[in-house]
Amino acid sequence: MTTAVADAAHHVEHGPAKGFSRWLFTTNHKDIGTMYLIFSLTMFFVGGTMALIVRSELAQPGLQFVHPEFFNQMTTMHALVMIFGAIMPAFVGLANWMVPLQIGAPDMALPRMNNWSFWILPVAFCMLLSTLFMPGGAPAGGWTMYPPLVLQTGDSFPFLIFSIHLMGLSSIMGAINIIVTIVNMRTPQMVLIRMPLFAWAWLITAYLLLAVMPVLAGAVTMLLTDQFFGTSFFLAAGGGDPVMYQHIFWFFGHPEVYIMILPAFGIVSEIIPTFSRKPLFGHDSMVYALAAIAFLSFIVWAHHMFTVGMPLSGQMFFMFATMMISVPTGVKIFNWASTMWRGAMTFETPMLFALAFVFLFTIGGFSGLMLALVPADIQYHDSYFVVAHFHYVLVPGSLFALMGAAYYWLPKWTGHMYNETAGKVHFWLSAIFVNVLFFPMHFLGLAGMPRRIPDYSTQFADFNMVATIGAFGFGLSQLIFVYVLLTCKKGPPATAEVWDHPKGLEWTVPSPAPYHTFAEPPKVDRTVAFPKDYD
Amino acid sequence: MNDKITSEAKNRSLVVQLLGWVVAMFSFGFFVLPPLYNVFCEITGFGGRTNTAAATVVETPDVNRTVRVEFVTSVNEYAPWEFTADTSSMDVHPGQMYYATFTAKNLTEVSKVAQAVPSISPIVASGHFKKIECFCFTSQDFSAHEQKEMPVQFILDTELPDYIDTVTLQYTFFDTQRVAAAN
Amino acid sequence: MIRKSLTGLIGLVWAGGASADWALNMPQGVTDLSQETYDLHMMGFWVCTVIGVLVFGVMIFSLIKHRKTSGVAPAKFSHSTSAEVTWTIIPVIILVAMCIPAAKTMIKLEDTRNPDISIVVTGYQWRWHYAYQDQDLAFYSSLARPSLEARQLGSTIDPYSVDNYLLEVDRPMVVPVGAKVRVLLTSNDVIHAWWVPELALKKDAIPGMVNEIWFRAEHTGTVRGQCAELCGKDHGYMPIVVEVVEPDEFDKWLTANGGTPKAVAAAAK
Repeated sequence: MTTAVADAAHHVEHGPAKGFSRWLFTTNHKDIGTMYLIFSLTMFFVGGTMALIVRSELAQPGLQFVHPEFFNQMTTMHALVMIFGAIMPAFVGLANWMVPLQIGAPDMALPRMNNWSFWILPVAFCMLLSTLFMPGGAPAGGWTMYPPLVLQTGDSFPFLIFSIHLMGLSSIMGAINIIVTIVNMRTPQMVLIRMPLFAWAWLITAYLLLAVMPVLAGAVTMLLTDQFFGTSFFLAAGGGDPVMYQHIFWFFGHPEVYIMILPAFGIVSEIIPTFSRKPLFGHDSMVYALAAIAFLSFIVWAHHMFTVGMPLSGQMFFMFATMMISVPTGVKIFNWASTMWRGAMTFETPMLFALAFVFLFTIGGFSGLMLALVPADIQYHDSYFVVAHFHYVLVPGSLFALMGAAYYWLPKWTGHMYNETAGKVHFWLSAIFVNVLFFPMHFLGLAGMPRRIPDYSTQFADFNMVATIGAFGFGLSQLIFVYVLLTCKKGPPATAEVWDHPKGLEWTVPSPAPYHTFAEPPKVDRTVAFPKDYD
Repeated sequence: MNDKITSEAKNRSLVVQLLGWVVAMFSFGFFVLPPLYNVFCEITGFGGRTNTAAATVVETPDVNRTVRVEFVTSVNEYAPWEFTADTSSMDVHPGQMYYATFTAKNLTEVSKVAQAVPSISPIVASGHFKKIECFCFTSQDFSAHEQKEMPVQFILDTELPDYIDTVTLQYTFFDTQRVAAAN
Repeated sequence: MIRKSLTGLIGLVWAGGASADWALNMPQGVTDLSQETYDLHMMGFWVCTVIGVLVFGVMIFSLIKHRKTSGVAPAKFSHSTSAEVTWTIIPVIILVAMCIPAAKTMIKLEDTRNPDISIVVTGYQWRWHYAYQDQDLAFYSSLARPSLEARQLGSTIDPYSVDNYLLEVDRPMVVPVGAKVRVLLTSNDVIHAWWVPELALKKDAIPGMVNEIWFRAEHTGTVRGQCAELCGKDHGYMPIVVEVVEPDEFDKWLTANGGTPKAVAAAAK
């Protein structure tokens, strides 16, 4: 995919440099976007391997493969790698590629910072993954890093903290870049509210990142000083409170959940109109819904802590605020359904992933609504029901949106159509196995299986076996995606539009997108954010 | 060229503004939230906190109302103390002052320093449980095998919600040297 | 709907499997509050199911009818204020309606007044400690020997051959039936959580803090649970067993274990 970009670039005066230094020193948003995407795909397979180790151990009761210590390291690292290494960088990569193309900007506003924000990531993850080989092993206290347990981590503890600092730094720099690009570099006639939904979703996500990544940095810094510098932020003996960590962490953690889903909403809002051949229903209310979700994400954090001991009034407030999130989320689902309504739909791979997103994310939303009911949450909390819930919103949610985005824009990036049959096979296997993998977890949780345990009572054996089969099916299906990427260059050449009259500036540039685009700001119609004569 | 300069100036001012946000949010998380949380806890009793310095309360006792106060003792991480409440519970009238004593014994050959950490349940009661004098206000020194009687002077204020009939006061003994050594 | 069809599917694939234990739903439990919690859970489930059937139904209809291959021209509409207002307001009403019964149960859950027995439960890495406040009885409760041997990596013991594998302890917590039991939770080291699904209770045990919960078991019998908060390597190996017995049996158990029976148990009857 990357060489295709290079091939196309000889039309332009300043083409890319040759060799490795091109990638190390590049300030081109397309190169950086590509690096982000490849990095996140790599991390997706690393985190996926860890998930398969977890699922292998859980296939049957009794310990077959790993010690409980290593099991805990795997669950912890799987979460950290998938959240900070796979999902978030993949969205940043898409933003790098597509935001300038969608708003008619020649590049990102701060190209050198863009380069740094990417190259910090491989360093951070080398550091994080190196902890697997340290005395005492990798962090095993869960990705939430609750004290006092996390303070029992061995030599890897400071490396964990520093790698999180680096990931946060990278995210913050990326977010600043995206905000400045969107605010200052839109083509003159593009009115903010009319901006494409993916750019809008990223603008709001970037603000969320700026608001909460520093708070996470603060929380882990307090862990570090508690461990090494004699403070007692979270140590009861010194007047601290371990529960305070949970409040600060989830003040970061809940917006973090939306950081991982809002860009997915944006992607789906791009794909569904294209393949329904109809404008997006309620563009403005989609923007308001995004903003409402972002706002609500700051006042619901304690719903992760209903079992911690909280005054009744607090529980009621957080229950109600949490339930309110389903209102703007519902608006989005209804708007997507209305976009499809009386359209002329076709079902290419990106559309299939977007549709599966709408259906399966909604299931994750439903279990979220059930989780908001405090007495029921007391049963669900820290059980496999929660594992099912957040995997439904993150895998057939965020990940499916990412896959849909990759198929949607791949012809624009490479100049070639991917293998549609392989794409469809990839989709159907993923969609089937993701349910085989995660749906039984609802039943396990309701029947009483806690999360983060390496072994379980025999009554849970059957559904665990089903989930493990689903895990291997799902994991192996992703190799088809690699096949699609590797064979993409052999596909027929893509037109500039790629699809059937999609709307948006990115479809006005040739495929593959030249190394430099929009040196002159393109003209767009104020009311629709793309050229009027274009239709 | 002029365009470029103005756009760079625009970018710079926005970047500075956004960096300001980042710094502000970090400071909020690191410097503001912990003390804010503590203040919040002390006002609302959130997290079962009680006052950490001597309170002065003068109230008229409500002799028509009796509340049971239960004492629970706990020693963290198998620290070498025997720590018990002399009575497991008391019936008290809100607004009246009471004494309770706890006994702790150092089980080792060396001197030890303990910090007792109080906690109240139910949470709504913690703002109404006022300690006038408490061995938990400061750390406690124990010489080898020393046994100590430690008093608590407390008052349950009359504002205690009337649906509460039992208040549990827990003290946990932490070995402060071990905490310091771990650091 | 989805649940049923999926279970049906799995059921077909696995038909004839050995003594399968396909528990699908939350237990209704042994207390009034566990029943209420179950009812709330089912209410949430049915509300979601009805909304799901409607929304998915409309979308599936659309997917079948509004395809390009059926030769329709796409419509041009792009918003409808009345529709958007409607589907904002109706969910708000549904959500408020769901909050009301939940709030009622929450108030009952917090009502720890007038307990017949108070038990201090302390989490340790990795076992539980039970102290009966007024009965002068305290003991540790650890994973039972047969499970402990079978759980080791490389163990040749088949977990299926162990009764209540990983859910059996050496000394269970015993309570009299019908008595209001108040459980005070705290921890010795890291955060644990005491979870017994059949009692619909889960609460964190936090070092330096005390939390309280209560239950009144309506039937005699044994209920089991586990630690629910990650607490280190043996987090999966600190089960909870609560035996609910007749009050006189409870007094006998107390005496046999060196405790002092109080009149409270009998009063519960």
